[in-house]
Amino acid sequence: MAYISEKRELTPEIKQLVLSAPEIAQKVKPGQFVIVRCGEKGERIPLTVVEQDEEKGTLSIILQEVGNSTKKLGSLEKGEEITDIAGPLGNPSEVMNFGTVVCIGGGVGTAMVYPVAKALKGAGNRLVSIIGAKNRQLLILEEQMRKISDRLLVTTDDGSYGTHGFVTDALEKLIADGLTIDRVVAVGPVAMMSAVCRITEKQDIQTIVSLNPIMVDGTGMCGACRVTVAGETKFACIDGPDFDGHQVNFEELLRRQRMYLQEEKIALEKENSDK
Amino acid sequence: MTKDSGIPAAREPMSKQDTKLRVKNFDEVALGYSTHQAIKEANRCLQCKEPFCISGCPVNVDIPGFIELITEGDFERAFYKVRETNGLPAICGRVCPQESQCEKLCVLGKRKEPVAIGRLERFVADYVLKKGTIKVDKVAESNGQRVAVVGSGPAGLTTAWDLAKIGYKVTIFEGFHKPGGVLVYGIPEFRLPKAIVQQEIDSITRLGIQMKTNMVIGKVNTVDELLQDGFNAVFIGSGSGLPRFMHIPGENLNGVYSANEYLTRTNLMKAYLFPEYDTPIKSGRRVAVIGGGNVAMDSARTALRLGAEKVFNIYRRSRTEMPARAEEIENAQEEGVEFIFLSTPVRIIGDGEGWVKAIECVQMELGKPDKSGRRRPLPLLRSEYTIEVDTVIVAIGTDVNPIIPSTTPDLNRDQRGYIIASEATGQTSKQGVFAGGDIVTGSATVISAMGAGRKAALAIDKYLSDQRRKER
Repeated sequence: MAYISEKRELTPEIKQLVLSAPEIAQKVKPGQFVIVRCGEKGERIPLTVVEQDEEKGTLSIILQEVGNSTKKLGSLEKGEEITDIAGPLGNPSEVMNFGTVVCIGGGVGTAMVYPVAKALKGAGNRLVSIIGAKNRQLLILEEQMRKISDRLLVTTDDGSYGTHGFVTDALEKLIADGLTIDRVVAVGPVAMMSAVCRITEKQDIQTIVSLNPIMVDGTGMCGACRVTVAGETKFACIDGPDFDGHQVNFEELLRRQRMYLQEEKIALEKENSDK
Repeated sequence: MTKDSGIPAAREPMSKQDTKLRVKNFDEVALGYSTHQAIKEANRCLQCKEPFCISGCPVNVDIPGFIELITEGDFERAFYKVRETNGLPAICGRVCPQESQCEKLCVLGKRKEPVAIGRLERFVADYVLKKGTIKVDKVAESNGQRVAVVGSGPAGLTTAWDLAKIGYKVTIFEGFHKPGGVLVYGIPEFRLPKAIVQQEIDSITRLGIQMKTNMVIGKVNTVDELLQDGFNAVFIGSGSGLPRFMHIPGENLNGVYSANEYLTRTNLMKAYLFPEYDTPIKSGRRVAVIGGGNVAMDSARTALRLGAEKVFNIYRRSRTEMPARAEEIENAQEEGVEFIFLSTPVRIIGDGEGWVKAIECVQMELGKPDKSGRRRPLPLLRSEYTIEVDTVIVAIGTDVNPIIPSTTPDLNRDQRGYIIASEATGQTSKQGVFAGGDIVTGSATVISAMGAGRKAALAIDKYLSDQRRKER
């Protein structure tokens, strides 16, 4: 059980929950995730840990309500409990002084890139961050990212805030302006990560992506999260979730992520009819 | 006159759910003995003065002893006779491969069918479970020492039970949200009802054992940290783990599952009750299950129950070499699983949109025996053929899960990565750390894991009581 000690609504669909999980809070490192489950009939949901407070024994997760399970999780209020939380899972992100690092977060992916960006800044890197969203309302963690970054670029697809365009446009501009980039870390929708990798591959810039395939156990047991990296099958839960973006088969990842779209619909319909 | 004259040649049959009905539900297939049947079958036992059957049991149940009590109609005492050495009789009575253990050594079996020991074990366990709860075992006074058990499957439960009874303070760490390991995520409801598993686990944890779920050891705490945190010894019974794939083209297409995933979704997450339960599964219309073990049989039979119209079981050797229990193969056959022997998949073909459309296999022939003693299958040239399927379940075994070994540096491992532990004691290369079950042997049976747990408990007690003496 994990008690919800705080809840913030970052956008109508994106919620931040602070959970009491002292054992995990002491151990978790940037890039790692937890698996949570709501209710005895609930599904296991992997979520990146955004921040932790070792003293208070809390950690925070950010989730976007897309399906039935994330909607249930998002509907929980402060003071309520999450049935299960297990972690920290996955390998921590590689953190050292690379020189100049560009951290890119797309949509709710900003929540996942934030802890890594913070750690990279702490390790002495010059940190340039790019965050983007469809529109101003969906943009999250701008303040936090600005605080830790030497420079922050914001884009919105519709131009309602920051620069009109995609995060990739901002990245291309940085490169065109002659910025020497030693490493890129990109987290967001598959299409975004794939587009970032196409750009950086041409420039030969090492690019790390954090993958979020469907998972069940998150400990290597089921293989649901298998991804193809450099032509080999890897399990994102124990071999990742970070991988060399230039080696990832994004097309396969996207296809596998969509495996249960039909069932998602059924679950949502049922949930709505139950109400 | 021989000793067995007058004893029926055949064992008492056990009734099963009707085939047509059972493929449509997840209820238990084998229905168990009635009181009358149990007594009748128990009377077939020769009550050998020097029984061989006991030595065939990894936890040495007093088999003639409990069977004699059944003949007397004292089912409750019969149960507690089994329970003296076996904490999980309702489970073992259902899933042990008795035919290759106790029943294989039954003297009656030389001329007639051996006594149905497993069915009798199940009978007494069900008798007591149905009546209510199992009496709490006697527990010795606490000796103040603490033991951490990693994994709540059959190995861990047995070690914990044995140690708790003799005065150790035991904490079990389970990675999943529910205890039981393979008993809960792996073996299907129709073979091992989860309510029964829960009852037997409760009967063990009631001895003051602390069960901590959602604790992935190696991640939240390492084995070294457990030792630093005040545990005097650690038993690792974390199971095998990583599902093996065939490494053929198309294996990552949508619709290809590892048996571990297929069974975990169904059993642990109850995807067969979707959308009442949140976890979905692709039931599949035409399903190919690859492999010839019990896990393959479980997967094939699960697929039928999830609504598949056709389930193929593809195995590279012949029926004789199948490692699955004869009973399970028979059940699968009765239920309509189609067996394709001497065949191996070479690729899985997609429909152009990323979903499985067919599986291409090559025919095999059996060559000379390999290391396992079974004849090695060899592909026949140009014998490829295709079967149209939309779901493929790979049930060809597992490799070791690296989470614990890789975070416990001074734990010696074999070439395949399994933890090296003494067969007699479970002692590993690390002081105070013992291991047993699949993490040592690779995929094996529930009862062999329990046997390893028993031996480790004895060794842990010896190790810790020596320690207590020294401290005195």
